[in-house]
Amino acid sequence: MAGAAPAQPAVADLLGGFTPEVFDRHLASQAASPAWWLERKRSAYARFESLPMPKRTDESWRFSTIAGINLGGFAPSGEGAAPSQGAPAASPLGLAAAATLSFLDGRLSGRTPLPADLAAKGVVASTLSEAIGSRADLLREHFMAQPQKLGSAKFAALHEAFIQDGAFLHVPRGVEVEKPIVIVHAASGAGTAVFPHTLVIAEDNARVTVVDYFVSNDGGRHFACGANDLYAGHGAKITYAAAQCWSKQALSLQFNSTVVRRDARVQSLNLHLGGRQARHESLSQLQAPGGFSEMLAITIADGSRECDQRTLQIHQAPSTKSDLLYKNALLDQSRTIFSGLIIVDPDAQKTDAYQSNRNLMLSDEAESNSLPGLEIQANDVRCTHGATSSRIDPEQEFYLKSRGIPRKAADELLIFGFFEEVLNRLESGELQAALRALIRAQLGEGPRP
Amino acid sequence: MSEITDTETLETTAENPVSGIDQAAGNFKYEMTYDYDAGTGLNERTVDYISSVKKEAPWILEFRQNALKTFFSKPLPTHWASKDLETINFDKIRYYLSQGLKPKRTWDEVPADIKRTFERLGIPEQERKFLAGVEAQFDSEAAYSNIKEAVSKQGVIFVNSTEGLREHPEIFRKFFGKVIPTGDNKFSALNSAVFSGGSFIYVPPGVKVSHPLQAYFRINAENFGQFERTLIICDEGSELTYMEGCTAPKFSTATLHSAVVELVALKGAKIQYITVQNWSSNVFNLVTKRGLAHEEAEIKWIDCNIGSRLTMKYPGVVLKGRKARGEVISIALANDGQHQDTGAKMIHAADETTSTVVSKSISVGQGRATYRGVVHIPRHLKGCKNNTECDALLISTNSRTDTYPAITVRGDHHAVQHEASVSKVSAEQIFYMQQRGLTEGQAMSLSVNGFINDLARQFPMEYSVELKRLIDLEMEGSVG
Repeated sequence: MAGAAPAQPAVADLLGGFTPEVFDRHLASQAASPAWWLERKRSAYARFESLPMPKRTDESWRFSTIAGINLGGFAPSGEGAAPSQGAPAASPLGLAAAATLSFLDGRLSGRTPLPADLAAKGVVASTLSEAIGSRADLLREHFMAQPQKLGSAKFAALHEAFIQDGAFLHVPRGVEVEKPIVIVHAASGAGTAVFPHTLVIAEDNARVTVVDYFVSNDGGRHFACGANDLYAGHGAKITYAAAQCWSKQALSLQFNSTVVRRDARVQSLNLHLGGRQARHESLSQLQAPGGFSEMLAITIADGSRECDQRTLQIHQAPSTKSDLLYKNALLDQSRTIFSGLIIVDPDAQKTDAYQSNRNLMLSDEAESNSLPGLEIQANDVRCTHGATSSRIDPEQEFYLKSRGIPRKAADELLIFGFFEEVLNRLESGELQAALRALIRAQLGEGPRP
Repeated sequence: MSEITDTETLETTAENPVSGIDQAAGNFKYEMTYDYDAGTGLNERTVDYISSVKKEAPWILEFRQNALKTFFSKPLPTHWASKDLETINFDKIRYYLSQGLKPKRTWDEVPADIKRTFERLGIPEQERKFLAGVEAQFDSEAAYSNIKEAVSKQGVIFVNSTEGLREHPEIFRKFFGKVIPTGDNKFSALNSAVFSGGSFIYVPPGVKVSHPLQAYFRINAENFGQFERTLIICDEGSELTYMEGCTAPKFSTATLHSAVVELVALKGAKIQYITVQNWSSNVFNLVTKRGLAHEEAEIKWIDCNIGSRLTMKYPGVVLKGRKARGEVISIALANDGQHQDTGAKMIHAADETTSTVVSKSISVGQGRATYRGVVHIPRHLKGCKNNTECDALLISTNSRTDTYPAITVRGDHHAVQHEASVSKVSAEQIFYMQQRGLTEGQAMSLSVNGFINDLARQFPMEYSVELKRLIDLEMEGSVG
């Protein structure tokens, strides 16, 4: 299956560097954790071992380069000494944060705590390892609790088996956190496997903004196998933004799950800039009336990178709403895959679901694949989807040229214009500016058509 | 020899007032004695038998034998398709039944019992009224085949597959099995192994056939599998409209229909292929249809699916020549117990090729309508365009619709657009019409007909009237 290593034995194809011996070593390093946590890890590892690798005929991996999902040559990081905890940048991404948590190769490397007033209201911005002791009840209820429906059950099990640490955010009932909580997940070195995790629990009528920033400290060939779970209780509001800036050699698999309860609202925006092969799975479950999930994504695919996005909007209750807008700009020999599905359960009358994938083709060698799907089992619904693939409008290009703007600058302006529709959905101008700066940096670097 | 078994005796279920009404026109059956019968089940001997009955050339027998191996080696496509396929028992099906091999050229020569079937379906009458030629297939073989003299004088060939391969191999062999290779899918392999009947048509350069040619497919026997094979070649600059219809009586056991239809439109040719599929609700209708469009040629599939238990059919066009055009117009109506899994495939393989897909489906009761599509634009082409629109109408609270398109675009010189929507009949419209004195059922029918009206208009008049009538019947009693 893996073109690069034809003579590998079967077990290595199935497990890569994550053999039982490696797992035992990992467990030994976690010996201080409570028994229930270790037991979860053991059963997750058993699932990882038994589940098959994706196959070409799997619908959920259609169009993916299966050979690229090779776990050989990776090893979990950080069994040595813990990173020294320096003070993190005061405002990562230029954001004035309520609190920050920084992880390097899976372990805490720095933090700025919440202000006293928020801590006094019971807001928690801690690490998972702290929460295992203090908030075991919440972890048992919410940690990796949602089904893996988008094809990566094996890798989600791997994540659970090898996770070292992550962010645990809990906002109690009715509490509002004004400024964003920013989490930096950094990776370094070739062959490093990291398992970043962010769990956000917003209780009824709570409000919080969370930013995940995934970044490589070098151009290494890491393997990032991450998960983020968002839970919005009744009337809660979560704004979540993730900037995925792994190195362009990295293999990235990220699983998101969003649970939306009655009258809750979750807005998530994923910016995908890194990874040789980056797959992002996003599952939104609208579980009670009035829930609204807004799913946004911006991808800039360049070089020969592959960006693979799989989404599922499940309307499980009446009068729920979801709105998905995924925009991809494709340069060079890049490939993108968007596979989205809206499921409306038989009881979910009055559903309002939308799904849109727009591909901006900027190179004759790029390839976009769109699979916008619907499965509707209730009749009183409004469900539409659309997918387009096209180039920059020649008229717009001509207009800018006629104003004396060079082609390269004109194209960049038009690409920005293309993405602006997505960025504008964010309420926070500061957050918009932070993401815009990352996009600008990416476009400046990449070779131009 | 023949005994009429009428509609009532064949009706097995009556719980749904709607089910069965649409099939009423075709739901009758005459007992038959068959002169040729390949028995039940499928193995090498079945294939040898069919080939020997047809006195086929050795290369065709070899083609069939290879196809049979391919069929056995391929798994059912249930990793994406409905698990309902697994209920087909290939060992219980009769693969070849006929009363005679040579189709008759006049209705007077057609055996009385078969003739009665087609008269009841109105085929001879339609032929007189508006068709340039008709072929009527009864189980495995064509019972009747005739083309109007004026058309045959233009050099148009219209025969069944056996005659086509035997008498005109120089024309047909070149394209036979080329547009849809045997191994394309499990069911095209099955068809290639046991095919019988169907139409082989050749239209010479520049000939524009003014009236449609029609084929009518009738399944009469229980547990039967019909595997017709159609190959249409339109030479440079020619034009043809071809229509097919089909019915079967309703049995309690499953019937299989698995056709392969290949179209070749050479430079500048135009082919329009119209299907009104109205199989009874026990038929598995698993059909592979594909056209090859050369430079500036145009292939248009108009595909209307009303009957069958499960239909899986995705007419495709391979746009091989510059400026070729492909179009699929699809109408599907899924009632209780039916799954219409239909769609389109557009494979762009040359510059400036354009394709359009318009699909409208209606799900009634627990019916399920699925759109599945492929649009493929490979590397280094310029100026390709595709536009796809899928609209689904859900009538009852538990109706179901799915949309699964797959769109691959390589390069930055194309424009591709896909849109789909799902809706229900507007309560306001129904209220308005009721307030003007229509019953709820009438209002519903009118609304549904309005939904598909712009597509139905593209059918020849006789078919669009028939389609509207069928929809009226299907909608009866479906309100609420």
